[in-house]
Amino acid sequence: MPWLKKIARGLAAPLLLITIWQVVCQAGWVSPQALPSPYAVGLKWIEYLLPSQPYDPAIQTGWMWLLSGELLRDAGGSLWRVILGFMLGFVLALPLGLVMGANARLRDFANPLIQVLRPIPPIAYIPLAILWFGLGNPPAIFLIALGAFFPVLMNTIAGVSQVDSIYLRAARNLGASHTRIFIKVILPAAMPFILSGVRIGIGTAFLVVIVAEMIAVNNGLGYRILEAREYFWTDKIIAGMFSIGLIGLAIDLAMDKLNRHLLRWHRGM
Amino acid sequence: MHPALEFHSIAQSFTTQNSTIQVLESIDLTIQEGEFVCLLGPSGCGKSTLLNAAAGFVSPTQGQVSFRGKQIFDPSPERGMVFQEYALFPWMSVEDNVAFGLEARGESKDIIKPRVADLLAKLRLSEFAKRWPRDLSGGMRQRVAIARVLALDPPCLLMDEPFGALDALTRRSLQDELLQLWSELGKTVVFVTHSIEEAILLADRIVVMTHRPGKVKKDCQVDLARPRNPADAAFNALKQELGQLVMAEQHAFENAERLSFTAD
Repeated sequence: MPWLKKIARGLAAPLLLITIWQVVCQAGWVSPQALPSPYAVGLKWIEYLLPSQPYDPAIQTGWMWLLSGELLRDAGGSLWRVILGFMLGFVLALPLGLVMGANARLRDFANPLIQVLRPIPPIAYIPLAILWFGLGNPPAIFLIALGAFFPVLMNTIAGVSQVDSIYLRAARNLGASHTRIFIKVILPAAMPFILSGVRIGIGTAFLVVIVAEMIAVNNGLGYRILEAREYFWTDKIIAGMFSIGLIGLAIDLAMDKLNRHLLRWHRGM
Repeated sequence: MHPALEFHSIAQSFTTQNSTIQVLESIDLTIQEGEFVCLLGPSGCGKSTLLNAAAGFVSPTQGQVSFRGKQIFDPSPERGMVFQEYALFPWMSVEDNVAFGLEARGESKDIIKPRVADLLAKLRLSEFAKRWPRDLSGGMRQRVAIARVLALDPPCLLMDEPFGALDALTRRSLQDELLQLWSELGKTVVFVTHSIEEAILLADRIVVMTHRPGKVKKDCQVDLARPRNPADAAFNALKQELGQLVMAEQHAFENAERLSFTAD
């Protein structure tokens, strides 16, 4: 079966890495404080995932109990921040990008400002974010929104400004109004660009959320990793990092599905 | 006879960084209602520019174009354009493409659905209604594009080398279909081509244009009975005659290209 072969091929490299890692640890070449064995990390990850309290039907339902593990709450917290922050950045960037892409004069007007602001990493805003919003979720959401804003904006501008003019001519010839052309022609024509901006934006949002949680809030995966460092729980640090990797992968797969659906008309999809 | 499209002393020039190109010069042309006119000439003779002016995509530097007595300023569905590149919206299914103009006009679903189904049937596309344009061959795509403009029942069709990108066999069958539609629907057609045979096969009247700046070199009626046969002696005589005219312009075009190449 070809797909089985493909999966086996994909698993070969990670398995090899884990094997070498386990051998190195078991041979005692590194201190477990610096690098615990994959087996120890795996145990910790399961412990982190499972509920810490025994099941008590008096105070919770079975599902609530199952989902009450620390890892799931941390992952949920991080994911919630990513979604909220990303949505905020997206909702601001998309209309601005559409208008700027369609209007060359506005683009000339706003472009220098954007080009200066764009290269500043969201991380550099941390001190300002704390000054402006204090601690807790608001500065974190602000930073994530900022991280998502520019990729979506830049790609939307690029997408709209390079819509093939023949589509616009055809639409005008068929009597479409400006609004109709915008919604039915320019927006879908720019969609491949917008979606790749969304993908980069979510990636950035995910990057920023971890850092933001290390500074401003007291839950989430970023917070947990930093907390584990305080106690020298190296196994938990790695378990947390592994969880970040898994969630990143899940988001990417979901984005890929969305892409395939929205761009099903597109060549090569 | 009623004039449909009128070109009054049209001139068109485009300015690039360091030069001005005169594309059209003193064009006077009247196209009658129901007439099938081919604009014939080599590349760069401005025939597409003339068509774009009739569509309302560009306004001529001098002169004016009018349709049924009214000056043209903007594109309008009454002058339906068919592009060589089809220009179908790739994110819409075949039927949504055909419905686009009707929706823009604000027609209700009860009107749009049967009208689209009718047109798809007429152009032998019914089974492809739900497909994406990318799934279709070039010939089918161009039939969708024709259905899309016909949906709005335009009195005039503007066709910019519509079959230029198709293979010879597909081209022949689309030419026949177009003639069939034309005789059935009685529309005015302005058809740009660089194929002499295509022009003779289709047109009531052929307007041969010169190389840049484009002028009318010859304006002749084609008095051959339809259906026309390319093996016919009269067909061939006309083909010879027009061929010499067009080739002279083609050589002028090639010389100009060579000159601009050595100048660079």
